[in-house]
Amino acid sequence: MKLIVAIVRPEKLNDVLEALFKAEVRGLTITKVLGHGGGTERVEAYRGTRVKMGLYEKVKLEIGVSEAFVEPTIQAILASARTGEVGDGKIFVLPVEKAIRIRTGEEDEAAVTPVSPGEA
Amino acid sequence: MKNRLWVYGLFLAGAALAEGTNGGDTAWMLTATALVLLMTPALAFFYGGLVGQKNVLNTMMMSFAALGAVTLVWALFGYSIAYDDLNKYFGGARMFFLRGIDLSGGMPALLDVAFQGTFAVITVALISGSLVGRIRFFAWVLFSLVWTLLVYAVLAHWVWGPAGHALLKDLGALDFAGGTVVHINAAIAGLVGALLLGPRKDFGRLAFLPHNIPFVLLGAGLLWFGWFGFNGGSAYGANASAALAFTNTFLAPAATIFVWMLIEALRDGKATAVGLATAAVVGLVAITPAAGYVGPLGALWIGALAAFPSYYFIAVRPRLGLDDALDVFGAHGLGGITGALLTGVFASKAWGGTPGLLEGNPQQFWVQLVAVVVAILYSAVGSWVAYKLVGLFTPLRIGDREEAIGLDAAEHGEEAYPVAEGAILVDEGGVA
Repeated sequence: MKLIVAIVRPEKLNDVLEALFKAEVRGLTITKVLGHGGGTERVEAYRGTRVKMGLYEKVKLEIGVSEAFVEPTIQAILASARTGEVGDGKIFVLPVEKAIRIRTGEEDEAAVTPVSPGEA
Repeated sequence: MKNRLWVYGLFLAGAALAEGTNGGDTAWMLTATALVLLMTPALAFFYGGLVGQKNVLNTMMMSFAALGAVTLVWALFGYSIAYDDLNKYFGGARMFFLRGIDLSGGMPALLDVAFQGTFAVITVALISGSLVGRIRFFAWVLFSLVWTLLVYAVLAHWVWGPAGHALLKDLGALDFAGGTVVHINAAIAGLVGALLLGPRKDFGRLAFLPHNIPFVLLGAGLLWFGWFGFNGGSAYGANASAALAFTNTFLAPAATIFVWMLIEALRDGKATAVGLATAAVVGLVAITPAAGYVGPLGALWIGALAAFPSYYFIAVRPRLGLDDALDVFGAHGLGGITGALLTGVFASKAWGGTPGLLEGNPQQFWVQLVAVVVAILYSAVGSWVAYKLVGLFTPLRIGDREEAIGLDAAEHGEEAYPVAEGAILVDEGGVA
């Protein structure tokens, strides 16, 4: 059981979601975040004042998965979020001590195994 | 006056203060001109609210850029092409650079340049709604210059040119404030542009949601306010015809909003804000050609009937694979066609001087139909040529990556809602 944290470009989010759903990864949480990953800064101008936008808008996905889903999830994100330019983001895989599904009280692997819409 | 050097005319024509200015007419036309001008920023809000957060500024700037570009070519060339009297197809070049235009007349002649100019601007701005999210800004500005002269000024001449020298006016077609010249024309130009550009990358895959619906309502409200000048001012004076057009401008959209609410409520059980804002615009478009020709009950009928074609077309449009992004054709094209045809039905001799179908003059309906068809054909061909001309100088469409990032950052280096955290001033050699 792992928690996969991925930070991707917002304009790639829809591709990533599509890839994840195709890989049957369903439970996820998304947050809009600001960050900096060594990419070149974008310069904007407001009333003639030039401003270096040091932080980029990114999207952070948090996905709790069972061991069998770790690799498919990573592959789906890699394939869909990559443009090849600096700033494509990162994937972190974290160990999870415990997971509990609030609705049923199920724990660990059972808690992160998606319920198919029919059962729900 | 005509043998005056044009440079001289450019700087000194204003010196000729004329006698015989009608204070009442002039006061109303000054007001009406300002009202019509307001419609373009209003449209910027209407369109700006309808697009996503990444394309707000670009969308609004397409309208604001028209205020600059179109006004310029209108004053220098367009006014002459529309209002000179060379022949019934083309106005002529005698008033290029505003030569010979002074302050004479009950309503000073120069004021007409400004009043008509605000119409040219809003017409071009309307087209942008079909093209948002994918047209290069430079291409848009070039297009607005070319299209104003090649399509707008010519069609304006056909409908509003001097009597005896205007193709469609001489045919007997009624277009009080610009149903054909402004709305059908802009909608067809938008449609042609949407087809040439192709749909946005995510079209058919993702839903494009409005980012700020209060903006849409604000824009629709200000459009309505400005439209009193658009229709009321098209009477060219503070007179009974203006009062009729003004009141009809109040009544027709009310009927459209009411019917639209009913359709939505019966189909989905809920009336929507974007729906009502759209309905107000559709009603305003539909009453535009009829404003000074139909009675108040006729205006209510036109407003009510106009809801149907626009509502149903806008509902099915995405499934036709047509990315007319903000439904310019559904609202302005169909609203304009419905209005132009119904003008021939509801025109009233007692109110506007010309009888329509209901008063036993079916001929008027056919004339209206001919005018609509001619306007559609000319606009389609002329607009296609204008896009192709611009395409010789610059690609029309933005790159895929720019489209994904959004046109605000990619084309203007600005964001509508910038994040200040982490934004650092660029030191430009101590100039700060």
